[in-house]
Amino acid sequence: MDIDRPRSLDETLAAAGEYPDATLLAGGTDVMVEVNFRTRQVRRVISLRGVADLSEWNGTRIGAGVTYRRMELGPIPALAQLARTVGSPQIRSVGTLGGNLGTASPAGDTHPFLAACDASIEVRSRDGGTRILSWSEFLTGPKLNALKPGEVITAVVLPEHLPARQEFGKVGVRSAMVISTVSACVMRDEEGRTTVALGAVGPTVLRAARAEEMMSAESHPSAEALAEFSRLVSDEVRPITDHRSTEAYRRHASGVLARRLLERCLAA
Amino acid sequence: MSVAPPDATTAPGRVGSSTLRPDGVPKTKGAFAYASDLQDERMLWGATVRAPLARARITRLDIAPALAIVGVHAVLTAEDVPGLNAMGQIVQDRPVLAENEVTYWGQPIAVVAAEDRETARRAADAVIVEYGELEPITDLVEGHERGLVFREHKARRGDPEAHGEVAVEGYYEVGTQDQAPLGTEAGIAFPDTEGGVDVYAVSQWIHVDHEQIVDCLGLRPEQVRVHPAGMGGAFGSREDLSLQVHLCMLALHTGRPVRMVYDRQESFASHVHRHAARMWYRHEADRDGRLVRVEARVLLDAGAYTETSPAVLNNAVYFAVGPYQCPNVFAEGYAVQTNNPPSGAMRGFGAVQSCFAYEAQMDRLAVELDMDPVELRLLNALETGDRLATTGQLIEEPLPTRAVIEAVRSLPVDADRPGNDPLGLPGGTGLTTPPNSVVRGVGFAVGIKNLAFSEGFDDYADARVVLTAAGVEVHTAAIEVGQGMVTILQQIARTVLGVDQVAVIFDDTSLIGSAGSTSASRQTQMAGGAVYRAAARVREEALRRADGDDLTGAGVWRDGTVVATLEELCGSDPIEHEVRYRHIETAEPDEDGQGSPHVDFSVAAHRAIVDVDPELGLVKLVRIDSAQDVGRALNPQSIIGQIEGGTMQGVGLAVMEELVLDRGRVLNANFTDYLLPTFLDAPPVQSVIVEEPGSWGPFGAKGFSELPTISSTPAVVAAIRAATGKALTRVPVRPEHIVGIE
Repeated sequence: MDIDRPRSLDETLAAAGEYPDATLLAGGTDVMVEVNFRTRQVRRVISLRGVADLSEWNGTRIGAGVTYRRMELGPIPALAQLARTVGSPQIRSVGTLGGNLGTASPAGDTHPFLAACDASIEVRSRDGGTRILSWSEFLTGPKLNALKPGEVITAVVLPEHLPARQEFGKVGVRSAMVISTVSACVMRDEEGRTTVALGAVGPTVLRAARAEEMMSAESHPSAEALAEFSRLVSDEVRPITDHRSTEAYRRHASGVLARRLLERCLAA
Repeated sequence: MSVAPPDATTAPGRVGSSTLRPDGVPKTKGAFAYASDLQDERMLWGATVRAPLARARITRLDIAPALAIVGVHAVLTAEDVPGLNAMGQIVQDRPVLAENEVTYWGQPIAVVAAEDRETARRAADAVIVEYGELEPITDLVEGHERGLVFREHKARRGDPEAHGEVAVEGYYEVGTQDQAPLGTEAGIAFPDTEGGVDVYAVSQWIHVDHEQIVDCLGLRPEQVRVHPAGMGGAFGSREDLSLQVHLCMLALHTGRPVRMVYDRQESFASHVHRHAARMWYRHEADRDGRLVRVEARVLLDAGAYTETSPAVLNNAVYFAVGPYQCPNVFAEGYAVQTNNPPSGAMRGFGAVQSCFAYEAQMDRLAVELDMDPVELRLLNALETGDRLATTGQLIEEPLPTRAVIEAVRSLPVDADRPGNDPLGLPGGTGLTTPPNSVVRGVGFAVGIKNLAFSEGFDDYADARVVLTAAGVEVHTAAIEVGQGMVTILQQIARTVLGVDQVAVIFDDTSLIGSAGSTSASRQTQMAGGAVYRAAARVREEALRRADGDDLTGAGVWRDGTVVATLEELCGSDPIEHEVRYRHIETAEPDEDGQGSPHVDFSVAAHRAIVDVDPELGLVKLVRIDSAQDVGRALNPQSIIGQIEGGTMQGVGLAVMEELVLDRGRVLNANFTDYLLPTFLDAPPVQSVIVEEPGSWGPFGAKGFSELPTISSTPAVVAAIRAATGKALTRVPVRPEHIVGIE
C-alpha cells in the first residue's frame, strides 16, 4: 500500500489528480472501520492530516478538515449540538466535517444542519478547478456523493446569515456514542421562515418542505399548528426498517423530534 | 446475619479487606499480556473461512487458489481433522470444521496459516466455497413443533387439581444477548518435537477443553497441554471451544507456532450467546397473596448444536418460580434446535430468562390482589428450611431472601427529580427530551440461582499450596477471567498461613488437576475451598515440623517467640500439599424433576428508578440499587465491582443489548450496532452486601457473581412499566414498544 502525505492543498490536488482511485484519509473514523471489517480495499492512501489549509475555519467557510471537537467548541449552536453527539471524545478529536460528507451515510450527523441552512459543498481538483455544489446536489444517495475521481472536498460554505434560532436533536437507544435512529435540525429566522431537515429517515438527509411552508406562515404557532407541523414531518420522511429501528417508529419520532426542536426555537 | 457497609476492611491483604488486585495496575497501563498479545518470532498467522449463510449444503470446496498464494503454508478442511470432527462438553456434536453442510452463520469451514495476518485473510477469502442454500429454521416455536429438541425438562410437584382464587397469565420473550467480552477470542499454539502441542487460548476451563482437543486431534492426553491465557472477559462465552483445535491443527501441520486473533465480527459469530426465550406463565394465589400454583412453559433457542443448552434449560425450569414458595408447580422447558447463532452459557445461565417472566408475573399478581408488590414478595419469600418450589429440595444453607428485599426497600428512594442537564435525561447527548416530557417509575425484582455444579456432577477443584523460604505458592488451574480469582486466592492463602508473600501460579493441564470451570459462581467456594484446605494442611505441617503454635512470614512461633524462620523451616524441603476439594453430593432429579439437584443458592434484589420519555420511548435509568447475599464478604471492593458490572449487564438486556437476526444472520455483529451501556447510561448504584455465612465456602463465603445480572433486568422493566402503564413483555424493551407502534 502506498501513502501520500501532501503538505498543502496544491500537493493534495496533485496527488488526487495523479491517483484518482486513492482513498482520501482524514480522521479515519469511517475509513478505518471499513478497512478493519475488510469491506474496503485500500491500495493507495492520501493522508490529509498534514494539510493545514483544509482545517481553516473563517466565519461561514468551514474547512473540510475541521474536527467535530472544534465544531463542538465553535460558535454555531446547532453545529456544536450535533458535534457533541458524535462518537466518543477520541472520535470527535479526529473525525472531520469533510469525512462525514465523504462517507455520505444517510445517518451522517452533520447533514441535517447543512441541509437546514442550505449549505454548499466546495470541491476542488487539479484539472477541474473548483465546483460549488448545494448539499442536495452533493449528497446523491446512501453512501453516495457527487465527488468525481480526483476531486477533494475542501470546505463547507454556509449562508452569510444563519438564523439565531437553530436546534439539533438525535434519537438513539443509548445516551451517547450511538448511530442515529432519527436526527433533525430546525431553524427559524426573524421573519418566521422555518426549515427542518431530517437524517436517517431517507436515502439522504431530506427537508420536510410542506411542514416548512406551513410553519413559515405561522407567526405565533398555536398548539394545533405545532401538531400539524409534527404530522407533516412524519408524513414527509421516507424511513425504512433495518436493524436499528422500524419504519413506523422512525416516522413517528421524526415528527415528535421536529416539533420539540421547533418548540425550543420558539422558546429561545 | 449482618448487613455490611461496602468499605468494611480488616487486615490488609487478608480475607475481608478490599485488597487491590495484583493485575490491576498492569491491566490499566496496558502492560498485561492478554491472549491476543501472545506471539513468537517463528509464528504464522491463522485465519478462518466462515459460512455466509445459516443453513446450506456445501456443494463445492476448492482450496487450491488459497494454497497458490505466496506465503500460505496450510489450508485445512474437515478432511484434515485428525481425530473426531466434533466438539462439545456435554454432547460432542459441533464440527471442528463444517463437512457437507453448514448450520449456522459464521460456522468455520476451513482454516489457513500464512506468514502474516493479511496474507492469511486473503487466503481465507480465496478459498472457493459454493453453497446450495436451504431454508433456515429460525423460529423457536416452529422448531419446537417440528420436534427439534435437544432437551426437555419437566417439574411436576404437588396437586394437579389445586387452584388459587386469583390468577394471572402472561407470555414473555427474551431476545438474544451476547456476552460481548472486550477481548476477542485469541491464542497461539506451539508444536513440540514429538507430535504434541501446547496451546494458550482464552478459556474458562482448560481441562474440559483438553479432553475435547485430545479427541479432535486424535492424540494421547499427555501430548496436549492446554495453558491458560490472559483474558479480557468471558461471561460464559469461553466455556465452549472456539479456535483451540484450529490452532493446534495448523501448528501440527506446519510445524510452526500459529497465532489467531478474531476480529469483532468473528467473535460475535463464533461464541455461544444467551438463549433467546419464549415463556408462557400462569400464577395462581389465594386472596391473601400466597402462591398456590404456578404453571410455566419455557422454550429456549439453542441454535444448531447442543453446547451447554441441556444444563441451561434445566436451570430455566429449576428457577421457573424464583425465590418463592409454592406447593403446586407444573413447569416444562424445551431447548430447541434452530439455525440461529449457537447458544450456551452466559452469566445467569437460564435463571435470567425465567426471572424476567416470573417477576413480571409477581407484579401482575400484586395488581390483581391490590397488594404492594414488595409485600407480595416478602409474603412468599423462599428461605432456609423451605422447599424450592420446582424440585421440592429442602433449603439447608442460609438463604436471606427477606433480608435482601428489606435491605433494598429500606434504601432512600429520594433520587433527584430530572434537572435541565440533558445528560441526565432520556436521549442524553441527543438533546431529545425536555424535563417536562418525562415520567418516572420505580420497579423491584428479586432473583435466585444455584451455586456450583448440580445434578450429581462430580464437582471438584484441585489446588496445591507450597511453602518455601520465599513465601507461598498457590498452584491452580482455576481461570482468572478478570473477576479477581488471583486476589481472592491470595487473600485466602495469606489468611490461613499468616504469610503475606503469596504467588498464584496458573498451571497448565499437565501440571495440575482440574479446578472445574470458572462459571456457575463457583470458584470462590471451589478453587478457594481447595486452596483453603491445602493451606490449612501446610500450616499444620509447618507447626508440626517446628513444634510451634503459630505461623507468620517470620516463621513458626512457640509461646510468642520465633522458633524457626521460613528458611530454617522449609529452605531445603518445601512444605507442599495438594487437595482435591468436592462439595457435598447432589443428585439428578427424578422424572418429575423432584429431588435435590443443587448444593447451594444465592439471592439478590434490585430496585430501579427510571425516567421515561413516553412520546419517544426513550429511557434514562436514574439509579439502581441492590442487595446481594454473599455469605461472607472476602473482598468487599471486588464484590461491589461484580454487583455493579453484573447489574449493568442486566440493564443492557433490559433496554438495548440484542443480536438482531435475519434468516439466522447477525446484522449487528459489531460494537457500532450491538449497543452496550456506556458510562453515561450507568447510573449511581448503591449496593448492600448481606452477610450470612454459609457452611462450606472458605470463611463462610458464597459465590454470587451471576446474581446481579438476574434481577436487574426485570427491575428496570418493571420501572418502565410503572412509568408508562405499558405491558412490555419482551426484552430488550425498544423505543417502539414504549411508544406502542411497531
